[in-house]
Amino acid sequence: MNIVPASGSGWLTLFYKELLRFWKVSFQTILAPMLTSLLYLLIFSHVLESHVSVFDGRVRYTAFLVPGLVMMSVLQNAFANSSSSVIQSKITGNLIFVLLTPLSPLDIFGAYVLGAMVRGLVVGAGVFVVTLWFVPLSLEHPFWVLAFATLGSAILGILGLVAGIVANKFDQLAAFQNFLIMPLTFLSGVFYSIHTLPPIWQSLSHFNPFFYMIDGFRYGFFGLSDVEPWISFSVVATCCAALALLTLEMLKRGYKLRP
Amino acid sequence: MTPAVEIVDVARRFGAIQALDGVDLTVEPGEFFGLLGPNGAGKTTLISVLAGLARADRGTARVLGHDVVTDYRMARRLLGVVPQELVFDPFFTVRETLRIQAGYFGIRANDAWIDEILHHLDLTARADANMRALSGGMKRRVLVGQALVHKPPVIVLDEPTAGVDVELRQSLWAFIRKLNRDGHTIILTTHYLEEAEALCGRIAMLKAGRLVALDTTQNLLSSFAGLTVRLTVDALPEAWLDRVQRQEANTYVLTLADYAELERLLAALRERGTVIEELSLQEADLEQVFLRIMKRAA
Repeated sequence: MNIVPASGSGWLTLFYKELLRFWKVSFQTILAPMLTSLLYLLIFSHVLESHVSVFDGRVRYTAFLVPGLVMMSVLQNAFANSSSSVIQSKITGNLIFVLLTPLSPLDIFGAYVLGAMVRGLVVGAGVFVVTLWFVPLSLEHPFWVLAFATLGSAILGILGLVAGIVANKFDQLAAFQNFLIMPLTFLSGVFYSIHTLPPIWQSLSHFNPFFYMIDGFRYGFFGLSDVEPWISFSVVATCCAALALLTLEMLKRGYKLRP
Repeated sequence: MTPAVEIVDVARRFGAIQALDGVDLTVEPGEFFGLLGPNGAGKTTLISVLAGLARADRGTARVLGHDVVTDYRMARRLLGVVPQELVFDPFFTVRETLRIQAGYFGIRANDAWIDEILHHLDLTARADANMRALSGGMKRRVLVGQALVHKPPVIVLDEPTAGVDVELRQSLWAFIRKLNRDGHTIILTTHYLEEAEALCGRIAMLKAGRLVALDTTQNLLSSFAGLTVRLTVDALPEAWLDRVQRQEANTYVLTLADYAELERLLAALRERGTVIEELSLQEADLEQVFLRIMKRAA
């Protein structure tokens, strides 16, 4: 990966740069998160396999866990990619090389978000492939798997872009990650079905958009879910469109980038 | 002819600081133009407005007739900016950095030009080195390369030689002069006033966000024409005391209009039989002009 694509407009180069950026440190950006997910799988499946029943016992807990872990990897890595790229460029000052160019707000948005999506999907696919060694999985509805993985990675890529733009320091970005992204991810049903929760937590889970991403994604594997996939898709797609419009407006106004 | 750069009534305030206060400026195509001023004068803010890195509260800026806000894509294609801060992307090599920068402008397969830039900036041997491995001066030269990689007709250099050693500074100026001869408009900010004096055909001086001087370099030097005379004598004739700028014991620093006035001073000293222990002359340079204009504008 050392040749700039031979055709296309400027945003393709920014997209390519985003890919090259994480590819050059792939041990940290791809392999490490795969290992983390694998550890989650080994520990949680070992401890909880015989204690937790999901979907009325129609799915083994370890199998249930895999799509959640895959989706969690997709989401976290998509967020990490765009947020770290923007904040690093802002703090080191090299974002100026992008801002001096004719790239439009849509170009910048598209390149950063697509770059984040690719990293999220690559890590997610890696986690999926590795976990196949531990538990066989079927793909009941591949379309839903792809749809939710794509939309989920896009949403987190956009959120990462927003966080990178808004944060002035690394600790502000860490706060965004630790106090928003992590809780929403962990409380979204990665490790459990919300039907195992008390009614109040079940109700609250329905206000968490991450829940719909993971529930819909899981439906693609098992044909079983806590919520109808079309409902999940509608919620996720609406969130994605709203966030995209908000972020494009931020970029258009030059918020925190072109003071 | 459409001006290379046209700035009309540009103002910008940052909190309590009026960084730019209604600046009007026109730079003609092909000029080598100097933008001078003390720290905080508004030079970098003006460049930022021109480059679309900051927004003006009022006024307009155009690059070869293209408004930097409403027609920003074309304006930025026509402009190359060497930023003042020494910034770089640590993930990439020198060549990758230049290719990527060209790619942002939609330019592909321009390795011949990249090679030429590397050659003129004396970076060919370091083309495949990671940016982190370069010295400060080399990183500064890569910044210059990044500004040139899309062959912009208007080039803004914001302190391009800070931290660059003398030899490489000379080769950098030779390259920039060549670009200017080839028709590129150059706008330079620098604290090395001798560089501005040697290179720039016209100079603007900013102070506290206002334009306090704008003229050809020659006119600026002429308008402050005169000799600075450093003279060590027992005593100076009383009639000449009003010309003294500074006095240290028996050494007087005087400002005279020209050599004829110097001759009259020497005649006055001879007439009194005064022995000159030491005498040195200095013609006005841009630094003196700059200091006087800044003092006058205070």
